[in-house]
Amino acid sequence: MSEAGLLRMRLNGHPVVAPCEPARILLDLLRDDLHLTGTKRGCDLGTCGCCTVLVDGRPTLSCLTLARLADGHDVTTIEGISPPQGLSPVQRAFVESGATQCGFCTPGFIVTATALLRDHPHPSRAEIERAIAGNLCRCTGYTKIVEAIATAAKDGA
Amino acid sequence: MNATAPPPSARLLGGRIPYVEGPLKVTGRAEYTDDIQRPGMLVGRVLRAPWPHARLVALDVSRARALPGVYAVLTGEKYPTPFGVLPITHDETAIAVGKSRYIGDIIAAVAAQDERTAEAALALIRAEVEPLPEYSDPRMGVQPVAEPIHARGLNGSNIQKEVLQHFGDVDAAFAGAAHTARVRGTFAGVTHAFTEPLVTIAESTPDGRLTVWSATQVPHYLHRALAEVLGIPMHRIRVVKPEVGGGFGGKSDPLPHEIVCAALAIETGRPVKVLFDREDVFYTNHGRHPTQNDVKIALDRDGNIVAYDIEALIDGGAWSSFGTVTTYYNGVLSMGPYRVPNFRYKGRRVYTTKPPSGAMRAHGGTNLRYSIELALDILAEETGVDPFDLRLRNALPPNSVTVNQFRITSTSFRECLEAVRAKSGWAEKFRRLPYGRGIGLGCGFYISGSNSPIHFTPKMPQSTVHLKVDMDGGIAVHSMQADIGQGSNTLLAAIVAEVVGVDLERVHVQRVDSDVSPIDLGSYSSRVTFMMGNAAKAAAESLLVPLLEAAAQLLGTTPDRVAVGHERYYRRDAPEQGVTFLEALHGAMETRGALTASGNYRSPSMGGSFKGARAGTAPAYSFAAYVAELAVDVETGEYKVEKIWAAFDCGRALNRLAVEGQIQGSIHMGLGQVMGESMNYRGARLFNPSLLEYKIPMPQQMPDVEILLVGKDDPEGPFGAKEAGEGPLIATLPAVGNALYDAIGVRFTELPITPDRVLRGLDLRAKEGRPWKGH
Repeated sequence: MSEAGLLRMRLNGHPVVAPCEPARILLDLLRDDLHLTGTKRGCDLGTCGCCTVLVDGRPTLSCLTLARLADGHDVTTIEGISPPQGLSPVQRAFVESGATQCGFCTPGFIVTATALLRDHPHPSRAEIERAIAGNLCRCTGYTKIVEAIATAAKDGA
Repeated sequence: MNATAPPPSARLLGGRIPYVEGPLKVTGRAEYTDDIQRPGMLVGRVLRAPWPHARLVALDVSRARALPGVYAVLTGEKYPTPFGVLPITHDETAIAVGKSRYIGDIIAAVAAQDERTAEAALALIRAEVEPLPEYSDPRMGVQPVAEPIHARGLNGSNIQKEVLQHFGDVDAAFAGAAHTARVRGTFAGVTHAFTEPLVTIAESTPDGRLTVWSATQVPHYLHRALAEVLGIPMHRIRVVKPEVGGGFGGKSDPLPHEIVCAALAIETGRPVKVLFDREDVFYTNHGRHPTQNDVKIALDRDGNIVAYDIEALIDGGAWSSFGTVTTYYNGVLSMGPYRVPNFRYKGRRVYTTKPPSGAMRAHGGTNLRYSIELALDILAEETGVDPFDLRLRNALPPNSVTVNQFRITSTSFRECLEAVRAKSGWAEKFRRLPYGRGIGLGCGFYISGSNSPIHFTPKMPQSTVHLKVDMDGGIAVHSMQADIGQGSNTLLAAIVAEVVGVDLERVHVQRVDSDVSPIDLGSYSSRVTFMMGNAAKAAAESLLVPLLEAAAQLLGTTPDRVAVGHERYYRRDAPEQGVTFLEALHGAMETRGALTASGNYRSPSMGGSFKGARAGTAPAYSFAAYVAELAVDVETGEYKVEKIWAAFDCGRALNRLAVEGQIQGSIHMGLGQVMGESMNYRGARLFNPSLLEYKIPMPQQMPDVEILLVGKDDPEGPFGAKEAGEGPLIATLPAVGNALYDAIGVRFTELPITPDRVLRGLDLRAKEGRPWKGH
């Protein structure tokens, strides 16, 4: 980090400077210090994917990432993916397909799916399943999540 | 068009209604308990016992208390009042008193300025204990033991509950039977694994009130338990349920940490949050019970079921939880979907020094059903009858009464069987697929809302819904039903919108808040659609009365001649003459201001008069018939369930999107139990308390699911609906078990059926010299 105890990153498109202890975890920094509570804490072990954010555009488990590793990088959370009004095409597809149930895993899926469709606008079913394999959903059986991502791809998300 | 905009027609029910809170959930804006910040909030942490069973001789908390930044340290003596979800088995305390009963039992709690200080304080607590015997297996506790886990164990044993039921004459039926089959099943414990960890915030304020926000699926039972243990009247406690990240039964007991959190808030006068990590959640458990069952079925020479003789030995863990209900359900939920004229059941739930088991989706209905459906497949094979024909012959008819006096009204079980038989191509596939490929049938039966509320004092309705509409034309809905992701808020809003004849976006379901929400018993026993749905319908019909009166006055006619349109009320005799919803509303408000309405539901009186007669009675039941098709890799023992045809009778599906989601999610959860999920214990120690080692099926393991909704309207369900939240899980397990037999000729009676067990089964079959499909 450039200055002792201060972390500088681009967060959801805006420059942010935040005090940060060396051992601070990115998830804690986002949720507890910066009050971006859309990113969820499900397991603290990298097993559920609820805490997924984009670091330089890449889906990243924020619960396993030291915050200082984001110093000087671009971080995008679910808040940064959501347009100021309305919904993104991926979000709209999730709503219309009924791909949310309890919704706790949903932000992580939206983040993962958004990155997938940016890099692979027309993924196969197997590619969708592989992309979301790090995100745990206990409600839906994944069926409607896969459908939603496929729908968003078809609609040119 | 906005994603949540309703379809142009106001006829919502029976269609596909996106969840009303969907836009909040996909943007991360839905507020869960852990997202709530209160000023000056402290961090609460609990200390867990590392011993399976120990007498707490002394706890020295002086150094923890003296640590700067620590605001309170609590031990069990301060709030020793026992509680539990069932009024008859209060055997839990917020913090262990006198002894601890499992690895993970809470023995102390702290509130501190931050997490680090709280953890440091816990590390300073010194415990002097006397180890007590470990009882890690229920078989160790069926006789009197040296140190019963609870004083209330039966005759000095660890038996928490014993059920003995006998209807008809089972011995005579077996003596005269033409064919019998027996399956002894062994089932590992499984857990809910909801994604949102357990979390509670409590705040005690100078006005003498306590507010508790908690991830709970039954806010009302939490409310009662808080009042009982803390000694505060209910009206001074406010329970709020924010969004809940899944429950599946695991958030239905009032849990110790919820009371601990409230106690810490009272002690400190500051808001306190207790947030569990995943390991804490595993130790809290309350998941499906590890079970051994022994199912014997007798047929007469025509293939009619003449008797069931069932035993179950159920590993309860350290507390009662829902265990008395579990013990009954493991027998009485065998009463459908077949006609059973003679029935005997001996069930015992035994305390062990392990994390407590409790209610999990399809509570009491899965393990029993697995063994029954395997036994029926064995009987079909022995008698040379197709498994479908055996089941069709024995299907429980509509409008009948079971031998233990369950009232059966609607059932489309026969239609389920016929639909799934045709769609799955059963006739061409059964016993005809190549070695390693198989197809299997499994059926299901579940309650659509427990007829018997856990708390029936006072004798209030099981569900009440309040509505308020003011001049803005928005309808506020209050109810203590708990949406935990199943879509009950959406259904509640849709029922109100449908009856009142308005757009869905006018209806705003309010957050559960005991200060303003009328009591509903919450989300368990698959009761919400049926009970809350009926209450919502009644409330909306009541709200409609003044609206139609005002419309009639404006239209110069009588209310009975006014019809409900879409955002409009009109003369039946002259449909072009109408008033808008707002015109009618404003007319109605002239004399009374804002309109309010209330509706409720109470299930009819039912069941016999013998001991335990109420267990398993419900105003309706769901029925299912599933066929699974799978492929086994006989070299590795791995198998892939490729397709499930799921025929389900939930009466009328009011929101097809939600019903499909419940069936797909249930199948995923059922596959988890049959294929790999297991709470792995060595002795009393849980060895896999993480989502890394507790294996939930991945997206790639999910089969293609074809849903066949064949239910006919239920006579008492709201708009003909029954449950679809739990019943859809049950048939998954035996469909897979029977398909494995069809594939490789091995009957698996131990769950989960992991690849190593598949290989062992194949080895055993080879040793027995029993070829299958030429192999």
